[in-house]
Amino acid sequence: MEDNIVLKMRNIHKIFPGVRALQGVDFTLRKGEIHALMGENGAGKSTLIKVLTGVYGKEEGDIFLDGTEGPVAIHSPQDAQNMGISTVYQEITLCPNLTVAENMFIGRTKGTVQNWKKMNADTDRILQSLEVPARAAQQLGTCSLAVQQMIAIARAVDMECKVLILDEPTSSLDEQEVEKLFKLMRDLRAKGVGIIFVTHFLEQVYEVCDRITVMRDGKLVGEYEIENLPRVQLVSKMLGKEVDDLSDIKGEVKTFDAGKDAVPVLEAEGLVSNAGIKPFDFHINKGEVNGFTGLLGSGRSECVRAIFGADRVTGGKVKMKGKDVKIAKPLDAMKNGIAYLPEDRKVDGIVGDLSVRDNIILAQQVLKGFFKPFSKAEANKVADEYIKLLNIKTASKDTPIKSLSGGNQQKVIVARWLFTHPEYLILDEPTRGIDVGTKVDIQKLVLKLASEGMSVTFISSELDEMIRTCSRLIVMRDRKAVGELTGDELNQSTIMNTIAGGDK
Amino acid sequence: MANSENVKTSSAGSWKNLLRNQCFIPIAALLLLAVFNLIVDPTFFRITFGYNSAGNPVLSGAIIDIINNGSELAILAIGMTLVTAASGGQDISVGAAIAIAGSVILRVLCGGNARPETLEAPIIVAFLVACVVAMLFGAFNGVLVAYFKIQPMIATLILYTAGRSIAAWINNNELPVISDPKFAYFGGFIPGIPIPTPFFIAVACMIVVGLALKFTNLRLYTQSVGINQSSARLNGLNPELIKVMTFVILGLCVAVAGLIKVSRVSSINYSVIAKDIEMDAILAVALGGNALSGGKFSMAASIIGAFVIQCLTTTLYKYGVPATALPAYKAVVVILLVIVSAPTVREYFSTLVKKMKLKGEVA
Amino acid sequence: MAKTDKNTTPAGNSLGAKLMGMTDTNLLLTITVIVFFLMYIGAVVFLRGGFLKPQTFFLILNSNAALIILACGMSLVMITGGIDISVGGVTALVSMCCAVYLDYKDGNVFGAIMIALAIGLAFGVIQGLMVAYLDIQPFIVTLAGMFFAKGMTTVVNSSPFNVANEAFVALKTTRINVPGLGSVNKKGIYVPAYVEIGVLVAIVIVIVMFVLLRWTKMGRNFYAVGGNKQSALMLGINVKRTKFLSHLICGLLAGIGGFVYFLHVGSGSPSNAAGAEMDAIASSIIGGTMLTGGVGNVVGTFFGVLSLSTIQNIVSSIGFDEAWWTGITKAAMLCLFLLVQSVVMSVRKKRISAS
Repeated sequence: MEDNIVLKMRNIHKIFPGVRALQGVDFTLRKGEIHALMGENGAGKSTLIKVLTGVYGKEEGDIFLDGTEGPVAIHSPQDAQNMGISTVYQEITLCPNLTVAENMFIGRTKGTVQNWKKMNADTDRILQSLEVPARAAQQLGTCSLAVQQMIAIARAVDMECKVLILDEPTSSLDEQEVEKLFKLMRDLRAKGVGIIFVTHFLEQVYEVCDRITVMRDGKLVGEYEIENLPRVQLVSKMLGKEVDDLSDIKGEVKTFDAGKDAVPVLEAEGLVSNAGIKPFDFHINKGEVNGFTGLLGSGRSECVRAIFGADRVTGGKVKMKGKDVKIAKPLDAMKNGIAYLPEDRKVDGIVGDLSVRDNIILAQQVLKGFFKPFSKAEANKVADEYIKLLNIKTASKDTPIKSLSGGNQQKVIVARWLFTHPEYLILDEPTRGIDVGTKVDIQKLVLKLASEGMSVTFISSELDEMIRTCSRLIVMRDRKAVGELTGDELNQSTIMNTIAGGDK
Repeated sequence: MANSENVKTSSAGSWKNLLRNQCFIPIAALLLLAVFNLIVDPTFFRITFGYNSAGNPVLSGAIIDIINNGSELAILAIGMTLVTAASGGQDISVGAAIAIAGSVILRVLCGGNARPETLEAPIIVAFLVACVVAMLFGAFNGVLVAYFKIQPMIATLILYTAGRSIAAWINNNELPVISDPKFAYFGGFIPGIPIPTPFFIAVACMIVVGLALKFTNLRLYTQSVGINQSSARLNGLNPELIKVMTFVILGLCVAVAGLIKVSRVSSINYSVIAKDIEMDAILAVALGGNALSGGKFSMAASIIGAFVIQCLTTTLYKYGVPATALPAYKAVVVILLVIVSAPTVREYFSTLVKKMKLKGEVA
Repeated sequence: MAKTDKNTTPAGNSLGAKLMGMTDTNLLLTITVIVFFLMYIGAVVFLRGGFLKPQTFFLILNSNAALIILACGMSLVMITGGIDISVGGVTALVSMCCAVYLDYKDGNVFGAIMIALAIGLAFGVIQGLMVAYLDIQPFIVTLAGMFFAKGMTTVVNSSPFNVANEAFVALKTTRINVPGLGSVNKKGIYVPAYVEIGVLVAIVIVIVMFVLLRWTKMGRNFYAVGGNKQSALMLGINVKRTKFLSHLICGLLAGIGGFVYFLHVGSGSPSNAAGAEMDAIASSIIGGTMLTGGVGNVVGTFFGVLSLSTIQNIVSSIGFDEAWWTGITKAAMLCLFLLVQSVVMSVRKKRISAS
């Protein structure tokens, strides 16, 4: 093995029932580099990482590690840890019932008897050095998600690893925390650790990475130096085609004309829920697309959840088309023609074991009532219609939704709400964690629906997406609406300033 | 070439579908038991016609025993399947609740007198009172599970512990005996009809639940709640209410089973009535291939599962296994069944088969 | 995110903050211990009578030594996220096998102990293998285990009988006096307070299990697996082995508990230890173990067993002595604790999400 190479994966094959998830993938990681692993959803990034960390076995191929002659056998995450590969996963893989210190050290201490005093002291020292606001003796479940993620990172970093894998660690972190993480990554790079970084945020890749490996459909596309691969090219490599879709969409943008004939669809006054947001006012007109923006945890999801009655509403008035309505639970909102695509697809959106068909008809079925089920023929017809309309890629309408890719799952949820023929559609992070192709599809769909007269609220972490689709943005900070931007104000720098509170 | 391959995969596909069908395991188990009996002692299948002590024409034989004695279990399996689907847990209090329901029926019929000459109330009234009581207890379990978020097995442990005591308390620990022959119809035979009544009651329950599954959204709602409660809520469902509803339905099943049970002996023994039936009911659901963690379910498979258990019990009795030793044999069968249907074991065998096929192709 | 100064964080400003800072396990343990002492002191103050004598307490210990051991095993499995409902059946089988061995086969006590351990271990190993390595639901596996054990008990011997083996009877009637806690009876004779050998075994097991769970690597693994199986795997814990071990230890404890039970009742009977599995589960829950896994403590379980027995004594001594009150009291106690736990945990959750 060459001197500066720390990890080499050669010709990795992995087959899941019915899917060739990895087909002859090579991957090389050098000492002291941050290496981005990029690809659409379903490209095989996560599978490759899980093969490397011993979560999955592999059908074929070899893994070589620095300091070991010949291929190594990694059968479990424990093996991987012992060989100096530590990993931070997108979903937090810590135990909420244990204390912070226990989570830091469990599974990697030697000896049978534990020295809690030393462990707690070590933990406090590490957390302090990383400025993580948590105590060693605290139960992990009482920390916020972002803090938990930072603790997971602290654990991985503390393991004296040769290879550090960060699989989308930034999705629950705010900007400051991401900065902290990047500083940490650069420090580790300087110490010679090889870091594999998986993320959907292109900006982050260009900020910290040295090299990019692109995967597509379970195959290796190529490995590139970061300087030699401009953004547009990276996206085109990930998609496997020259994309002008992204530039296309800009042409279609029609700024909404909030003229005299604007008809308000929903007006809310002093709305507040038990999720900890300050009372806010809100209105949306027929055919308008607006958005809530702000950092994670700024309360943007909580606002739309309050409108839909997903959290317990504790005060405020809501008018639908001028008439007073009471929205206490989701069903009330649905009856008033509101639809809500939730932020967390897996937890709040899909009903995993049910078929694509049942997932599509679910909401409309509930509206129709307990004693009036759709006949099988009706349900099939509806399912076929929406599968075609939204170009959902599924083996059949009887396939359980959980076996679809993330993007297609999201389309099924969109179909579910479109089928209720809402007047007002709320999309909370519809594009998170899904591939670029579907992202563009969804943005186009939003604009089309609005042009047909539907009101849409669109929330996304990616500003350029919001700018492309929304004609009005409500900016949230610290669980409070702090500004409303329209027209010319809709540009990156103004939005950033408003989010950051730079106007003061 | 391509054509032949297609044919191959499609035939393999239909095989796979058959194997994947939820009813496959319980039906296979039933067939296995039938074949075993056929080989060892074909008289198992003999049905004889005769007259019972009351002079009524009755059919008798092992098969009749199975459909007769399996009735309560099948009825309970219906409710248990729904509870399992919606709440991802099981109700272990059904045996104790049957004792309560039975005790209520007797209390209403006897009006506090342990040896009444005539019934103090019509049977239907007693049954309806028992239904209300059993549904209330079901609702109690349901509220603990749905609103207090206590795991079903633990929440129902309360009633499991207290149930038989409550049943004894209702009748002041007396053991009333009903002498009216009409009361025995529900657990025995209606004069002139040679097929035992419990079977008709069980069939009626199956038809009702079949219609409910067809003409309401019972299945979609319970499954959605069982698979993803949070998502179900955001689609306008009320998961708590639906969970309570399944427990109330189970309460109704309990009342029906309780009526059959007390009718069989025209009396009650608080510590023995429906003993361990909760375990059999849960087994029926599991044998039907339903995940005990909730979600998708097959009602038919559960009901067949109930009859598999009864078939096994009857078969063992027939070969002279004493009632007290029965559980040991049941356990062996259950273990064999769960091992065969365990995903890991199946996976292991399917890869083994694949490897052998590959070798065959190479050769 | 505001950077809170480490030294001024909740650390014990008010009682509420203190409770918030506790782990779930410690919080539930605290509740259990407080309730037990309030109950017992209340009984001593208001009911007087038998509760004034220390021996009443030791009698509770004597008759519940086996249950304490069984419940410790149950708590361990529940902490790991499983359940074992075969412990009652194993107890019955152990007592029957030992009885038959001692009386009909002229065995010795040591051999009987070995039989008890072997039966417990066998159940633990087989059930553990099936749960951990074949991924079958623990409820079903141990349900079958219970059926098997209960059925086998009657196969071994179907009628109950008392054991007459001399060495065994000597061991059974051995009393260990507790100095200083005796009482003077009506005739003016000093009657020393005593415990049976089983109680010592139970206390040793509680201590061993406490140390195992609190200070060893393996112990914390049980909590991790019960808290989140997937995470535990990613953290580098051998989840299957941990699950297997939990069932193995529980089986072994069921064997020991079975022998202690046998030592207390001195007979073999198919109806021995009827419902013990449910009593063990109830005690674990009252002791603050959650069936969802990851939360619990054997010290709590110890007090859970005592609470369950004490409340029954209290209820019968205030005049509710009909047979059915036992069941109703137990159920009421369990219900109360479940509701308290449920409310406490949801309040905590709300506070956390609000802060």
